[in-house]
Amino acid sequence: MSEDDERQQSPPSDLEFVSNKARNCNATGSGSGHPEFQSTYPDQVLENVLENVLHFLTSRRDRNAASLVCKSWYRVEALTRSELFIGNCYAVSPGRATARFTRVKALHLKGKPRFADFNLMPPDWGAHFNPWALAMAKAYPWLEKVHLKRMSVTDDDLATLAELFLGFKELVLVCCDGFGTSGLAIFVSKCRQLKVLDLIESEVSDDETDWISCFPEGESNLESLIFDCVECHINFEALDRLVARSPSLKKLKLNRYVSIGQLYRLMVRAPQLTHLGTGSFSPSDIAGQGDQEPDYVAAFAACRSLVCLSGFREIIPDYLPAIYPVCANLTSLNFSYANITADQLKPIISKCHKLQTFWVLDSICDEGLQAVAATCKDLRELCVFPVDPREDNDGPVSEVGLQAISEGCRKLQSILYFCQRMTNAAVIAMSKNCPDLVVFRLCIMGRHRPDPVTGEPMDDGFGAIVMNCKKLTRLAVSGLLTDKAFDYIGRHGKLVCTLSVAFAGDSDMALKYVLEGCPQLQKLEIRDSPFGDAALRSGLHHYYNMRFLWMSSCRLTRHGCQEIARAMPRLVVEVIRSADEEEMDDVVGTLYMYRSLEGPRTDAPKFVTIL
Amino acid sequence: MESGCSKKLLDLIPQEKKWGFIENQNGISHGSSEEKKLELKLGPPGEEDEPLVSFGYFSSMKSNAKQAHNKFPPAQEDHRGGAVLTASWAKNHHHQPKPPNCSQKRTAPGPVVGWPPIRSFRKNLATTSKLASESPTSLPHKVAIERKPAAPETRGKGLFVKINMDGVPIGRKVDLKSYDSYEKLSTAVDELFRGLLAAQRDPSADGPKQEEEKVITGVLDGNGEYTLVYEDNEGDRMLVGDVPWHMFVSTVKRLRVLKSSELSVINLGSSKKGKMVQN
Repeated sequence: MSEDDERQQSPPSDLEFVSNKARNCNATGSGSGHPEFQSTYPDQVLENVLENVLHFLTSRRDRNAASLVCKSWYRVEALTRSELFIGNCYAVSPGRATARFTRVKALHLKGKPRFADFNLMPPDWGAHFNPWALAMAKAYPWLEKVHLKRMSVTDDDLATLAELFLGFKELVLVCCDGFGTSGLAIFVSKCRQLKVLDLIESEVSDDETDWISCFPEGESNLESLIFDCVECHINFEALDRLVARSPSLKKLKLNRYVSIGQLYRLMVRAPQLTHLGTGSFSPSDIAGQGDQEPDYVAAFAACRSLVCLSGFREIIPDYLPAIYPVCANLTSLNFSYANITADQLKPIISKCHKLQTFWVLDSICDEGLQAVAATCKDLRELCVFPVDPREDNDGPVSEVGLQAISEGCRKLQSILYFCQRMTNAAVIAMSKNCPDLVVFRLCIMGRHRPDPVTGEPMDDGFGAIVMNCKKLTRLAVSGLLTDKAFDYIGRHGKLVCTLSVAFAGDSDMALKYVLEGCPQLQKLEIRDSPFGDAALRSGLHHYYNMRFLWMSSCRLTRHGCQEIARAMPRLVVEVIRSADEEEMDDVVGTLYMYRSLEGPRTDAPKFVTIL
Repeated sequence: MESGCSKKLLDLIPQEKKWGFIENQNGISHGSSEEKKLELKLGPPGEEDEPLVSFGYFSSMKSNAKQAHNKFPPAQEDHRGGAVLTASWAKNHHHQPKPPNCSQKRTAPGPVVGWPPIRSFRKNLATTSKLASESPTSLPHKVAIERKPAAPETRGKGLFVKINMDGVPIGRKVDLKSYDSYEKLSTAVDELFRGLLAAQRDPSADGPKQEEEKVITGVLDGNGEYTLVYEDNEGDRMLVGDVPWHMFVSTVKRLRVLKSSELSVINLGSSKKGKMVQN
């Protein structure tokens, strides 16, 4: 359930395209070097055996490795890969991908870089799904599953998926945009085998189309329907009928236009649910005062398989006790839209002994976090979001909450923590108490804020994290940081794969430390930090190993970036201008560069210059 | 440490001026220049005069060493190029190292683009939760900030407006920029809806068309089975075709294809008569 689950991969699937080209004729095919294997028969047997064996290989890292063994393995691996993952849609063209992998059933594509989520990239930058949709339609008519993240998907693309892929089963759109309810309507009406429709944190425009009514009549194969991000009214009666005719439905996440009364009706229809997003969790006005309130507690009690609960989009805390019956079984609880206090949280969380994933708002304060620490001994992932994301001196959560969590939740693997103040001591404590940390993202919302107790920069805290958390692969830093912090990261962060930097560092040295010290670095996103062309140059040895580098509002110049572009022909170096910049300015507002087999893309908008 | 320590800011400070350092025992310092001249005016001109000091230069500034060797954008251009260079930059520096014994003047921090890094749909939580007791049907404040469902979207160069047709539950979108006349728009309407309309008449027709699709014509002249109307920027419904094309494009918010027989029932806005005349 993490907002951005990235798995490390090495060697990356697109890189091997490059290395395999080099291998070419020198590869030890099964027929070379040994005269007794020249005949085709043993080759054929070998390939058949290999094909059968490779079918069992699912991890893409393993597959990438297997494909590098020799030409024969490369060929067979390409034939047997059924799930194709492409971490940057511009790294490879649809044509090239479909030419190599001919039997793909599932496609997983990622588009824009993460900072695009925060309005740091102008709209219409790219990442269009359309060319992929068309290429897939020709190459993989049997395609069953598409998973997209940060791509632009149009209504026509949705129509394509539904019309041209007869057995299409699963569509997952995470942080996508470009489509609306009319596209959804066409999609669901034509996609008769649909099992999964998950719309997660995507922007869906309201075309005032009743898409829920467009699901075909008759028994449905739906197993998962997630639409909590869809900001439009839905036809509840149609939804009710849909749930009633979906016996396999396990995951249902409603949007905030579903009232708690309507939720009740759906829960009664589908007690087999394992994942539930409750919608608004407040009554609609229409329910009269005199009406008997349904027995919400009983409805929750009937859902014996419920393990994941979210929603609460407009929560009336009075209704919270309804969820008591399921707390003991919950492994995942998302209160990140619920503006509740510590006192409102405590009776709930004290029952959640099995909780592994918890998302919450800082409205629960340090006190609420202490309650979490006291009960949730199995907690693996914690995200604390701000109710009020401004920069301020004081906030409801602080180093006190972090310290408590570190002491109570020793198995913690992933944390995202927004706060106004943080001390090095608390961060150091977490580094020691939670050695299993894989993801550490601390966002001190006040920029350049030092340790409020000592006045020092936050260098030592983050230093301790990279030193003590030996499994760390993802790190986001904040607060006042000098080059020293980056020196620590370069020295100790040997597994760091994703690094986010904002308003940090003193000089180019900081970036140099990281580029020279972190061999696993794949995704580096930097904003508003004083790193210039010299720092950029220091990463030349590594850029082909990375998925991308993002640098906005740093100290880069156009000629500095041009140098990089010249030195590395397989890097696409994009300079992205904001509205008030001139094309020929030497200062670079935003640099986004990524390796690619295709060279400069042809769909770049006017405000993007590819060097 | 090599001279990669870029001191671009220092380039802008006239040599004789002294940064008013306030150093505490830990050696953290921050400047409090009063000089509007040196001020890297990152906000719009006329913004208030909070001191502007930058990204963690403090600890290195006190060593007061090397020269910057890289070019740095001159002050007046600083408000290009994104986030750091936006209005509130200046105002935020009172946050800077606050030694316990130094009381800082607080002014309200202004917004910086994309900071803190929260996705937009998480941003209105304070307001939406207060409105929790209202009916879920009351939309205006709660709808995500950027979206106005009825407004046409400009995606890149296009101007997309929604278009719905009577009898067809599925709406479409048209890019008005790709047409330059009403005739072309009318043809587009036929293309968009002919198949859907036929499917509505015969729901079992999936795949190859079982029944002949009827061409949709006469949407502009009132002679056809359907008529094209639009809603303008004031929410009024107007017949399509009365004003010059470019004027239509600038005021249209959405389109509808209505059954001609129902036109008299629909109030096309008597005040519109006056409007329609002014070409």
